[in-house]
Amino acid sequence: MRLSLILPAFCLAALPATVQAQVEIHTPWVRATVPQQQATGAFFSLVSPVAAKLVAARSPIAGRVELHTIQIQGEVMSMRPISEIPLPANEVVNLAPGGAHLMLLELKTSLKAGEQAPLILVVEDEKGERKEYPLTAEVRPLDAPSPTLQGQHEHRHEQKN
Amino acid sequence: MNIGMNKKTRVTAQRHAFAAFILAALLTTSSVALSAAATGEFHAPEIPADARLPKNFRLTDANGKTRVLADWRGKVVALFFGYTQCPDACPTGLARAAQAVRLLGTAGKEVQVIFVTLDPMRDTPAVLREYPIAFHPDFLGLFAPPAQTPAVARAFRVFYRVNPGATPQTYTLDHGVQTYVYDKKGKPRLAISHAASAEEMAEDLRTLLAEKD
Repeated sequence: MRLSLILPAFCLAALPATVQAQVEIHTPWVRATVPQQQATGAFFSLVSPVAAKLVAARSPIAGRVELHTIQIQGEVMSMRPISEIPLPANEVVNLAPGGAHLMLLELKTSLKAGEQAPLILVVEDEKGERKEYPLTAEVRPLDAPSPTLQGQHEHRHEQKN
Repeated sequence: MNIGMNKKTRVTAQRHAFAAFILAALLTTSSVALSAAATGEFHAPEIPADARLPKNFRLTDANGKTRVLADWRGKVVALFFGYTQCPDACPTGLARAAQAVRLLGTAGKEVQVIFVTLDPMRDTPAVLREYPIAFHPDFLGLFAPPAQTPAVARAFRVFYRVNPGATPQTYTLDHGVQTYVYDKKGKPRLAISHAASAEEMAEDLRTLLAEKD
């Protein structure tokens, strides 16, 4: 009993100081698709203990995964690929509908709500060292809510009243 | 509720609201002025009677059947333009429309929500059949042949632009995200902003449904 407590502590202490700190990834999800739909968005939040950036992602179920961002100006929505998403130290970075997100392109399968979608995130620290984070994202219904857009809606009301 | 505004001023204000709406869609400017100019009867900006928005369309459904606006005479029709590879504005817009229709209860049957694709190359009939009904079983997807899609968008004053992607198949679209609502007589009446809530949309649809046929 005592040994099993001590052993992991010893192992942690023995790790070399250069090992990149773990990035936390919370509530990853992807939007469901209908058959033959070739793309969908993936969303999650990230916290890195050191300054780093999300530089790439891939998935066995998609031919390509790109980092994208969305802007809505007036009544026009535009989406653009971006090369990286900065992760300032200890800050929660949300990849959510209405903002930065991953696009799974050239999908090899349709995604049904309740399934799990595998994803690998590539995070680069300030020294240029890269680390991969495999995870599984929950597939949510096509009409899953977009919190960011609802936020904009509330904002509009404040202006109106 | 338009206190201090006579009818003429109100009509002018509506016209200005719609002009501002179209301008916002075309120039990607702020929509703040628009929501402020909405009239009392509806949450959404009203489309003035003399606006040159199409009174009809000829589009094709997933079964290859030609559909025209008059197919839904007696119903209120909501037109939303988008593409299924859109990760955000399109699912959000359709989810809101679905919620609005559900809020109407049985009267929701008197509303037809139509998703018109701006991306008929990738939104094949198979995709267009399934995508809208993932939001509501009564929703319908329509398309124009790729060569005619720009003209359809232009006629409806829906801005869109194709941005090339890393591969020929991964292009993205910038596009207008307003919803046009036609009344039971087939007249274009409202241009609902993407920022409007399902509740506001439901109230506007209910107001239109209460009008005489």
